[in-house]
Amino acid sequence: MGKRKGVESSIALADSAAMCRIEAIAAYPITPQTHIVEHLSEWVNDGHLEAEFVPVESEHSAMSAALGMSAVGARTFTATSSQGLALMHEILFIAPAMRLPVVMAVANRSLSGPISIWNDHSDIMTDRDIGWVQIFAENGQECFDLVPACFRVAEDKRVVLPTILNFDGFVVSHMIEPIEFWTQEQFDAYLPPFDPQIKLDVRKPVAMGAVGIPEIYYEARLAQQNALLNAKAVVVEAFAELEKMVGRKYNLVETYKADDADAILYLMGSLSETAMTAVDNLRKQGKKVGLVRPRLWRPFPTEELVAAFGNVPVVGVCDRALAFGHEHHMVAQEIRALFYDAPHRPKLVEFVIGLGGRDVTIGDMEHILNRLLEVKNGAPVGPVEYVGVRK
Amino acid sequence: MIEQYNVYAAKLLPPEELFASGHKACQGCAPALALRYLMKALGPNTIVCNATGCMEIVSSAYPDIAWGVPWIHVAFENAAAVASGVESGIKILQRKGKLAPGRINVVAIGGDGGTFDIGLQALSGMLERGHNAMYLCYDNEAYMNTGIQRSSGTPFGASTTTSPAGKAIPGQKTVKKDLLEIGVAHQIAYAATACTSYPFDFMEKVKKAFSYDGAKLIHILAPCPTGWRTNPGEVIKHGRLAVQTGMFPLYEVDHGRYKMSMDLPFLKPLKMYLSPQGRYRHLSEEQIAIIEANLKARYAKLQALCRITAEV
Repeated sequence: MGKRKGVESSIALADSAAMCRIEAIAAYPITPQTHIVEHLSEWVNDGHLEAEFVPVESEHSAMSAALGMSAVGARTFTATSSQGLALMHEILFIAPAMRLPVVMAVANRSLSGPISIWNDHSDIMTDRDIGWVQIFAENGQECFDLVPACFRVAEDKRVVLPTILNFDGFVVSHMIEPIEFWTQEQFDAYLPPFDPQIKLDVRKPVAMGAVGIPEIYYEARLAQQNALLNAKAVVVEAFAELEKMVGRKYNLVETYKADDADAILYLMGSLSETAMTAVDNLRKQGKKVGLVRPRLWRPFPTEELVAAFGNVPVVGVCDRALAFGHEHHMVAQEIRALFYDAPHRPKLVEFVIGLGGRDVTIGDMEHILNRLLEVKNGAPVGPVEYVGVRK
Repeated sequence: MIEQYNVYAAKLLPPEELFASGHKACQGCAPALALRYLMKALGPNTIVCNATGCMEIVSSAYPDIAWGVPWIHVAFENAAAVASGVESGIKILQRKGKLAPGRINVVAIGGDGGTFDIGLQALSGMLERGHNAMYLCYDNEAYMNTGIQRSSGTPFGASTTTSPAGKAIPGQKTVKKDLLEIGVAHQIAYAATACTSYPFDFMEKVKKAFSYDGAKLIHILAPCPTGWRTNPGEVIKHGRLAVQTGMFPLYEVDHGRYKMSMDLPFLKPLKMYLSPQGRYRHLSEEQIAIIEANLKARYAKLQALCRITAEV
């Protein structure tokens, strides 16, 4: 194992992007993502990274400029959060349609209103279906390790799709953690230079973003869907190579003490670290509980999730955003859909937790896990529980 | 040769059509002419970033692409941002030796809706950051692509589908936004107006713009017979009248110095320009007098700016 250094996750993530030898950055400040682009501008202005840093006038233009950069063949990176992601929304759908492998870090944050800079998943849940590969990092080390994995997947000739690395705002982004850095040689060995098959080149003109008449549009959209579904195998490869390089194992679906569990909690993002402690506490009491969470979110790892849940009788689902007007929220909807065709259909208990930065404690997680065990022992499932909300 | 003798002849232009015929523009479409002239002025070492709009739609219905150069369209309001990215990408790839050195002309193209209105912020960003790129606004004075709705480039009094000539409100209530002055306020290297009825003036301006590093803006009036409700066979005449009546003066601002592009001994009566156009048919004598007084004042102001900035 290499030497660890104590560094803020955002800074490590920016260092990792720089060490991927990114060539173009289009960025706009928004909390809590700002440290990433600030640090990247230092890399560029100190002459340590040969790249163009374009401080655009909005996130809409950040994504638009990023597409222009990627279209001429530059390895392109950006980062955002919350309202910034929402402002990009229109262009987010166009990036994968144009097969431009931009990589973007998203420090997950709540959406207005009321305005809130704190962490939940309202931003990314709103942009679930944009057609990007989406991966979650749960701590600073994962932020550092997964940036090169994102570029490797995005630029792979079998994929060529933009990729988002999600990580929790503040809770991860502003945390100082011991992080093991890779060497530049490891980056270069893991990530080959960007070599696009099609680009804007005056020697070989192409048109990008042509009109999709009704005879074309449907097939174009389906081709994009197939490309994204096929990316799963490449993500597996990228994680396997990453393990060979630095010895840390990443899976499409991560589990914690799920194999023999009587109840499994499904959650996304950094909540898992709190939940693991709660699982350990309950295990000490002889209560068999475990965790499942997606590392790869899009393409959705259906088979891997079904396998991870196995025959567990009760599954709990944590949502960190609301699907307004629906009694089942986004993550719960996905897991309900997952089990519709599954050979075994467990009882499903739904929770909403930690909206807008509301603190999530180990006690909250123990309560949720105990609740799952009650359902296992015959208690009614009940409606979605809003954990930690004042009555 | 053109530059040396300042003599123009169509046969001196390159015969290559980098904006090919066969696109789907309406009869008599002057914006399509603007693109044809633009490409003749720029040649093949050019990358075009096109905003959503008439020209994007008519030139790119897959697989019928009218463009002989690399072309990218992302969305409506962001042509200038995409061009900023393209220019920055080229810059770094050339600096790293991944792309052959040499000038590549980066052009962003948008209509008046895509420029005056929804794309103004991105345009301001591109100009302020000084990207080595040109923004071309082809101005047909309304959202023609969606069916002739008013934009902030629509002149006072003009009837459009969202500023109809009604009994209570006779057409567009506001005056045309001064796009070029917004460009000039960014202290860019070069800004100019042009008109498709004066192709050589336009092409010379395009070449001059690209003789400078940094951001540049050309605002070209391009009549739209469909939206203006005019005879498609007379768009050249109507463009000339726009210039000769002072409705759309041709001038350039070269590093802050204003210069009229042609000396008009007098301004032709405005009615000559307005009366063939269905969009102005409803105007009263009083309204025409107001428009004419305004344009004369603006013309005089431009002449004064030419005098003042020549001295500084």
